[in-house]
Amino acid sequence: MKRRKLLSIAVMAVLFCMLAVSVHAKEKTLVYCSEGSPEGFTPALYTSGTTFDATANTIYDQLAKFERGETKVIPGLAESWDISEDGKTYTFHLRKGVKFHTTPYFTPTRDFNADDVLFSFNRQFDKNHPYNKVSGGSYEYFEGMNMGKLIKSIEKKDDYTVVFTLNNPEAPFIANLAMAFASIGSSEYANKMLVAKTPDEFDQKPIGTGPFVFVSYQKDSTIRYKAFDKYWAGRAKIDKLVFSITPDASVRYAKLKAGEAHVMPYPNPADLPAMKADPNINLMEKEGLNVGYLAFNCQKEPFTNVKVRQALSMAINKKAIIEAVYQGAGKIAKNPIPPTIWSYNDAVKDYEYNVEGAKKLLAEAGFANGFETDLWAMPVQRPYNPNAKRMAEMIQEDWSKIGVKAKIVSYEWGEYLKRSLAAEHSSLLLGWTGDNGDPDNFLAVLLGCDAMESSNRARWCYKPFNDLIVKAKLVSNQAERTKLYQQAQVIFKEQAPWVTVAHSVVFEPLNKKVMDYKIDPFGQHIFYGVDLKD
Amino acid sequence: MIQFFFRRFFHVFPAFIGVTLLTFSLIHLIPGDAVELRAGERGIDPARHAEMKAEMGLDKPLPIQYFRYIGNVFKGDLGKSYVTKKPILEEFLTLFPATLELSLCAMIFAVLFGLPAGVIAGVKRGTPFDHTIMAVSLTGYSMPIFWWGLLMILFFSVFLGWTPVSGRLSALFWIEPQTGFMLIDTLLSDEPGAFKSALSHLILPSIVLGTIPLAVIARMTRSSMLEVLKEDYVRTARAKGLSDRRVILVHALRNAMIPVITVIGLQTGVLLAGAILTETIFAWPGVGKWILESIGRRDYPAIQGGILIIATLIIFVNLGVDVLYGIINPRIRHTH
Repeated sequence: MKRRKLLSIAVMAVLFCMLAVSVHAKEKTLVYCSEGSPEGFTPALYTSGTTFDATANTIYDQLAKFERGETKVIPGLAESWDISEDGKTYTFHLRKGVKFHTTPYFTPTRDFNADDVLFSFNRQFDKNHPYNKVSGGSYEYFEGMNMGKLIKSIEKKDDYTVVFTLNNPEAPFIANLAMAFASIGSSEYANKMLVAKTPDEFDQKPIGTGPFVFVSYQKDSTIRYKAFDKYWAGRAKIDKLVFSITPDASVRYAKLKAGEAHVMPYPNPADLPAMKADPNINLMEKEGLNVGYLAFNCQKEPFTNVKVRQALSMAINKKAIIEAVYQGAGKIAKNPIPPTIWSYNDAVKDYEYNVEGAKKLLAEAGFANGFETDLWAMPVQRPYNPNAKRMAEMIQEDWSKIGVKAKIVSYEWGEYLKRSLAAEHSSLLLGWTGDNGDPDNFLAVLLGCDAMESSNRARWCYKPFNDLIVKAKLVSNQAERTKLYQQAQVIFKEQAPWVTVAHSVVFEPLNKKVMDYKIDPFGQHIFYGVDLKD
Repeated sequence: MIQFFFRRFFHVFPAFIGVTLLTFSLIHLIPGDAVELRAGERGIDPARHAEMKAEMGLDKPLPIQYFRYIGNVFKGDLGKSYVTKKPILEEFLTLFPATLELSLCAMIFAVLFGLPAGVIAGVKRGTPFDHTIMAVSLTGYSMPIFWWGLLMILFFSVFLGWTPVSGRLSALFWIEPQTGFMLIDTLLSDEPGAFKSALSHLILPSIVLGTIPLAVIARMTRSSMLEVLKEDYVRTARAKGLSDRRVILVHALRNAMIPVITVIGLQTGVLLAGAILTETIFAWPGVGKWILESIGRRDYPAIQGGILIIATLIIFVNLGVDVLYGIINPRIRHTH
């Protein structure tokens, strides 16, 4: 009798296990082999794309969003917005019925409303806000986008209306609000943590309204999420999302090949041919929203002379660089903005590679016998420049043909940034990946007079150019802005503060089971809308 | 004995101060700026730069920074990471079990294979067997870990599909860490197959990390065995008519083990501190990888704190060994 009982219990246990396994098997788990660990779980506090992938694109939403795979701004937590005629007042009409995540550590009692918007921005904006100093309290993106100086006030008109008043008109404002730093957190949760005297927890155990609910994070190893059933835009197609943190690109590729991961970022350029040939891998590619450039220090002799800059631009064989450095995965850049950004001026004519012409120009500038200079090469591989040292060697060779002897200089990355910020260089290689798809994010950030002390490494402040980009910021009509930016690009080319080298192509290898994945133009990785074949 | 212990204990202080001073000066000698690195290509305006440096305490002269740091260390405060803003001790304790688990498994692997290989090579001295074992161990010792790790992954994980590529557990298992030791956590969980998955994830990293200690142990055991086999008591044992096996395993090996155990102890320290490359290749979330990444990000509190804790551990292990020697061999106590 006893034996029978035991047997039936065993049979039931086996059946239960089988059932559990079958339920387990039916769940769609997507494994993303991420390249690093997130710095934390409140995107406003950090600046790395790795952190944004793990937070802003999974757990949180923003008032406006970028259309998946595009740079177009669409409504997010704000259903719509009105802009006053003077371009200084933005009224956001918030979406109703948006739920916050329910987790073992927090159960929301209300839906998303204006208080959450006020909390998320005031934390960064108001130095006296109780959360301003929590978790180190540095808001580099907010500061970097000049939001502190731009915003005059943020007011709640009613539960579902928020009004932002600006100090001056800023056309890219909506695009800025679609960025990761503008993610909206729960003010109810923040208050609860404050009362419990554990405000730091707010940044480590996140609560958002996004498509995925945070489940757990094992430092430097794994982040786990599950689909949020009550997501306002509809539940994600996958059930679980796992970030498997793997810093080495060769190992990420091995994981993809072995079927342990579905998506991997930043493949080694040398692995691309093998990936293309692999029947189980779908190698996606897209023109990156970036530019790799050589900036002349326009405050240093002889680069104060526009003819010298033009001559040196003309002496560089960009085609050879694209083939050797980008291994074909890049496009010659003629403008400082990539062709995927609106207002790109295709009518601009690039400097043709012409050694004789360059020599002539240099002679006109008074340097018939050339001169000696330094050329700085970044020590790191970036999406916009896979091998700066090789690029520098090629440019050095090209310049030597017109009598310019360039000494290649390189420092450790932090030192490189520091010294270039202090304008110690004569010419340097660097680049940029766009943040919000607005031309202002390239032209003003990298070439504007306001950025002379920071990201304007060319130290080029040219009034006719600057007037145009400043004016373009104040106008909200896109057609009008396009005209201004196109004129600015013509001036830029004439003045040649940079040699625009290339716009690189971004590659993303996926397992063939992955469906509907779109490469994000901003270089981030978004899994809402992605599906897995059974 | 107590006097001996205290004498030894006071020797720890200069070592401890030396470590903090060396770490502090070395990391500040590396070029680069923690603030600048965070800003990247965007750059940062000078006012904000100065403000952030002040927030991080980097605006003071280096000696003041050092004394402030040491003062905090004695209060038990290792500071907070510039990057994650979490206390260093908390970060370390989260990651240390992974390093310890891997180091122990690597050491078990090294002892399990290195010891018998050394004994056999010693006993069969001069035979092709001896030459093969020594050649293999020399190759193992000289193998660049990064290359060796990738080779193992490509062969066993990608080509044969026998072992997982990297990580500590399959992504399909959702297990909350309780002890931080994955083998124990998976046993405590009720997920079937999780323990097997954790074990299989340990195989390749343990082999890769254990290869150098294996070679060292094998060579040490061999030379130690050769010495002991020449001793009078071994000859006596043989003369008594004992079997070869008994002579080797009971009389020779036990005595030959003394230097080998010292080497095992030293190698364990090396493993704890030196698993950086293995942890990076196998995406193993341990302290080695954490310190390496912290260097890249100029996260000074993390580098200083991480190295300090590991160095302290090693100092105390050595203190323990010294004291043990004193207990075992009174001559050591009295020579001081």
